[in-house]
Amino acid sequence: MKASNTLWKERLAGKMPEDLAREIDIFDTEVALRKQGKMDERLFAETRLRRGVYGQRYDNGQRHNGQAVQQMPYPSGELTKGPNTMWDAPGMQRIKIPGGGLNADQLETMADLAEEYSDNIAHVTTRQDFQLHYVHIEDTPSLMRRLAAANITTREACGNSVRNVTACPYSGVCQDEVFDVTPYSRALAKFLLGHPDCQNFGRKFKPAFSGCSQHACGLTSLHDVGFIAKTRSENGTEKRGFEMVVGGGLGAVPYMAKLFDSFVPAEEILPLTQAIARVFARLGEKRNRNRARIKFLIQDLGIEKFKELVLEERKTLPADPRWTEYVKDAAQFVESALRPAGEWPSSASEAFKRWLKSNTRPQKQPGYVTVTVTLPLGDITSSQLRSLADIVRRFTRETIRTTVEQNFVIRWVSKSDLPELYKALQAVGLGDPGAGTIVDVVSCPGTDTCKLGISSSRGLAAELRKRLAEKSFQADEAVENLHIKVSGCFNSCGQHHVADLGFYGVSRKVGGYAVPHFQVVLGGEWEHNAGSYGLPVAAIPSKNIPQVVTRLTDRYVANRTKNETFKDFVKRTGKVEIKSLLDDLARPPAGDRSYFSDWGDPREYGLEDIGVGECAGEVVSSVEFDLAAAEREVFEAQLAFENGQIDQAGKTAYHSMLHAAKALVKISNQNISDDPDRIVSEFRTLYYDTQKFFDPFAGGKFANYLFDAHQKSNGAYTSDSSRYLIDEAQLFIDAAHSCYNRLGTSASA
Amino acid sequence: MELQHVNVKLLVKNSEEVDLEPLIPVFHSWIQGQVFEELLLDVADYRHVPAGPGVVLIGHQGNYSVDNTDSRLGVRYNRKAALDGSNQDRLKQAARAALTACQRLEAEPGLKGKLRFNGQELEVFVNDRLLAPNREVTLEALKADFQGFSRKLFGGGEYSLSYSGGDPRGLFAVSVKTSKSHSVADLLNNLAS
Repeated sequence: MKASNTLWKERLAGKMPEDLAREIDIFDTEVALRKQGKMDERLFAETRLRRGVYGQRYDNGQRHNGQAVQQMPYPSGELTKGPNTMWDAPGMQRIKIPGGGLNADQLETMADLAEEYSDNIAHVTTRQDFQLHYVHIEDTPSLMRRLAAANITTREACGNSVRNVTACPYSGVCQDEVFDVTPYSRALAKFLLGHPDCQNFGRKFKPAFSGCSQHACGLTSLHDVGFIAKTRSENGTEKRGFEMVVGGGLGAVPYMAKLFDSFVPAEEILPLTQAIARVFARLGEKRNRNRARIKFLIQDLGIEKFKELVLEERKTLPADPRWTEYVKDAAQFVESALRPAGEWPSSASEAFKRWLKSNTRPQKQPGYVTVTVTLPLGDITSSQLRSLADIVRRFTRETIRTTVEQNFVIRWVSKSDLPELYKALQAVGLGDPGAGTIVDVVSCPGTDTCKLGISSSRGLAAELRKRLAEKSFQADEAVENLHIKVSGCFNSCGQHHVADLGFYGVSRKVGGYAVPHFQVVLGGEWEHNAGSYGLPVAAIPSKNIPQVVTRLTDRYVANRTKNETFKDFVKRTGKVEIKSLLDDLARPPAGDRSYFSDWGDPREYGLEDIGVGECAGEVVSSVEFDLAAAEREVFEAQLAFENGQIDQAGKTAYHSMLHAAKALVKISNQNISDDPDRIVSEFRTLYYDTQKFFDPFAGGKFANYLFDAHQKSNGAYTSDSSRYLIDEAQLFIDAAHSCYNRLGTSASA
Repeated sequence: MELQHVNVKLLVKNSEEVDLEPLIPVFHSWIQGQVFEELLLDVADYRHVPAGPGVVLIGHQGNYSVDNTDSRLGVRYNRKAALDGSNQDRLKQAARAALTACQRLEAEPGLKGKLRFNGQELEVFVNDRLLAPNREVTLEALKADFQGFSRKLFGGGEYSLSYSGGDPRGLFAVSVKTSKSHSVADLLNNLAS
């Protein structure tokens, strides 16, 4: 699309690392081959995904405009860049930033690319990456070359590969860390990039590093492999290593990572990860992508068996000098300051004080602080990126990192420079206070640009941010420190499971119309590297979510005991009472049509953009009552689980799935019995074999939850299996709602 | 020097009175009606970003936005697809697109007449650093094209072209000003004549 595309290759020759340049040349050729129809669309899709070139909403060439599905007559006609993905449709470019670490030149490159190829916005993700949206496929080779010239790669940013290796952005400066994990995370990222043992996964693989156990910053519990810094004494010498956890992950059903080893010496983390990659590639699921993450393999094998296989594999690996050659230097790795250490400012305005309180954190090095630059919804303009580059050059040795809370952290700021730094940030709209507080709402892209989005996570996040910022000055301190995270669907890119107040998008039918909703997820823990996952409490119309936040936070302030965390408050109060507190918000007020559109999107809401058409005008049916009953049951399962009635919880969750399945079966067969075999069999025939139950992107995943649960229904439930089943039951019921929505008028029962 | 990816921004009057939220349904209705010859695709809402791109109507050939970059609110057209023709043709195309969008916005009932072109100032950018780096040399190479375009735009009337240079990392940009206020319709007529 850009007229200068052909010139960039020439201009940047010799300025890119050779391997990256060659890699991009190959991709450039593949773009040309696909355009000429000489490369299969599936193969091209995988090759572009492995370079971070992702699809975006409406790229199937159609868009629901609020009244009807509209065809998008792209100039390249029927040419595709993947199955059902039009060539000309704008896409998303994901850019890997290992550990979130950047320098000023790289910030400037990002600014230029956002301006020239995207819409003047760079977006920081919940895994420290950047994303540019609305990018044309033919611009991607030039974009990659310009990144490569700045020593950044997009390789393996998407696809079934090792994704960005994330790390605590405070590594090296945190007062509570064991040691700086930066060089280890970089070594692993470099080692795994393009590694032959990582090219045959059934799904993605996400590593993370943390310098401590107690804070959230590394989020190791929700990663495929997590490393937490540890030391131990050996012959009087302090030895560096890592507690290693495996098999964590969010997604539809979140899994907490399991302990692989409480101490892996630093020299062993690369080979051990390589061995894990081999086992995952060899034994991991390949056909059913919904069970292809390593967490499922570990669940199926059991952690002990998995560990045994990995350690066996480790013994077979041919020695590689890269495993250890960085280790000696790693121990010496240290960043340094540009400016002399200083003292806190002696006087400050109220606004400056607020910012100091929320956006600065003392480093372990006396006289220095880190400064968090809050980005609303993770967005920053090109002009702001350039200003930020100037700021980090002026005050630091270009020490800046992205965070999983979609912000930047500037490291090594002298305390004496804080007034000037604040002034410089404020001048370019980057001086907002509230970092890491309730105002700092995290959100995935949702229906704005994501093909899988069900509700407008960014629209909701922007609304919450606006409202909370307005009253943040009066907020109780306990409320101020809560975390809100929003995902547009069950896939958890917004990390809603680990928030105090989490929300994920679902749809419900009300009065015959599809209404955007969010499931309210409470009880998650952000600290302790994502210490525990929340559970859904109720589905609430999108437009009522701000009231949900107000009610829950007001109740927390009024009823909490001294030093009680929100998670503990939720547990003590109990889900029954919390649910009843929200009951009147669960239905839109009669006649208020504003509920039929989502935040920031005035189109009448529908699911057409993610699937097949629905027909508004459906009358309220018994199906909806039955689905509501199934929801009540899954809620009861949660309560049983919380009360320690593990087996009961599992049974009730399973029964709620049967109830939802039966609701759908009844549309065709009013006389369906209560026999579970009969229900599952008819459900399979009517909804699975016909694919009517299939989610547009997840396929038969949710139906398989039922089949698995049914198959295992005679066994006993463990704490883990019961917990997973509750989540699966909720997702199955959500999918039943979506299926019913899609069926439209034909589903009247 | 080949000029491509031209952006034209028409600054609006009383920018502090302009609320961007009503633009969102307006832009959605433009997609619904496909009101331009260009293919219109989506709406991106960046109101939460200070001095940012505001609300953007994403198109295939070009984007339309009510943009607040540098805290200067204006109706902006950002040509994305390459165009044949001369540099002046490309300048005129971008100006026509921006003016047409502005004319529609001025007439949109949902905006209650609050969005008005200030009649005297527009900014022209080239969104391609390799073709048009932000340097004096670019101005020298393109000056005649800008002058020809400006004469045409203002019907042969007086105008001034200014290039501030500014941050060399930014886009090449010139500001075109006139002391006489012009309506959008007049400017469109001038370009069509």
